[in-house]
Amino acid sequence: MTDTVKEVQKKEAELQTGVERTRATRVYTPSVDILERKEDIVVTADMPGVDEKSVDITLEKNVLTIYGKVEPSIPENHRLVAAEYSVGDYQRVFTLSDEIDREGIQASVKNGELRLVLPKAEKMKTKKIEVKSEA
Amino acid sequence: MLWTDFERFGRQIDPWRELDRMSRAFARSAAPSDGEFPAVNLWVAADRATATMEIAGIAPEEIDISVAGKTLTVRGSRRPEETKEDEQYHRRERWYGQFSRSLELPFNVETDKVNARYSKGVLSVDLPRAEAEKPKKIEIRSE
Repeated sequence: MTDTVKEVQKKEAELQTGVERTRATRVYTPSVDILERKEDIVVTADMPGVDEKSVDITLEKNVLTIYGKVEPSIPENHRLVAAEYSVGDYQRVFTLSDEIDREGIQASVKNGELRLVLPKAEKMKTKKIEVKSEA
Repeated sequence: MLWTDFERFGRQIDPWRELDRMSRAFARSAAPSDGEFPAVNLWVAADRATATMEIAGIAPEEIDISVAGKTLTVRGSRRPEETKEDEQYHRRERWYGQFSRSLELPFNVETDKVNARYSKGVLSVDLPRAEAEKPKKIEIRSE
């Protein structure tokens, strides 16, 4: 594989009009991959600075919210001389369709990468329908 | 922009809020970027420097760090998850591929004592200043 990563810039999360935040920090939209497999849907998000204790996943009705809290770490006795990125929390909201088995949702965080596995509900699993040709 | 967006919230348009929103959107798009990955924050202390980088979702052994003189180089790569035939991506926003980033430091580095730590997707490289170059403290004697 010879692809080269060109540019990855952190995007600040859009605030809904009229909504303000209580924590004085920037909030970024993490980049995600959403992969649909036969039995489930896998959501992967890059959230550097987040571990399993600082990520909050809530499911209310059909709205799935991912919130990752990041505590900025400053090396002792150092001062910042050049900054290309800034540190902040992460938030992303998804609307789920009814086809997800809510009880079976699994989440894990490793190396700042969140992985959510959303199993499809039994009755919703893709069924293959044979098309018969009429003789 | 669709005006119906606003009607949906059943609220009148507040021009000040709109202006604020637009200026924020503009500030975002004009944010400085030199287009290199990963982005580096450089911290300096009296006898050392620390470079931090956000490189999420990569195994520590996939990151290659080298230091020569004043230059720090970080290399690595990430492969996309392999997909089977009946699997399909709905969104693909995360980075994949190789990266290589070099950084010039303000001083020569004691290469043997460089320390790197990777935790929660954040790489932190501790770069002590070369012994010979360390600032010397000069005592003042009173006569």
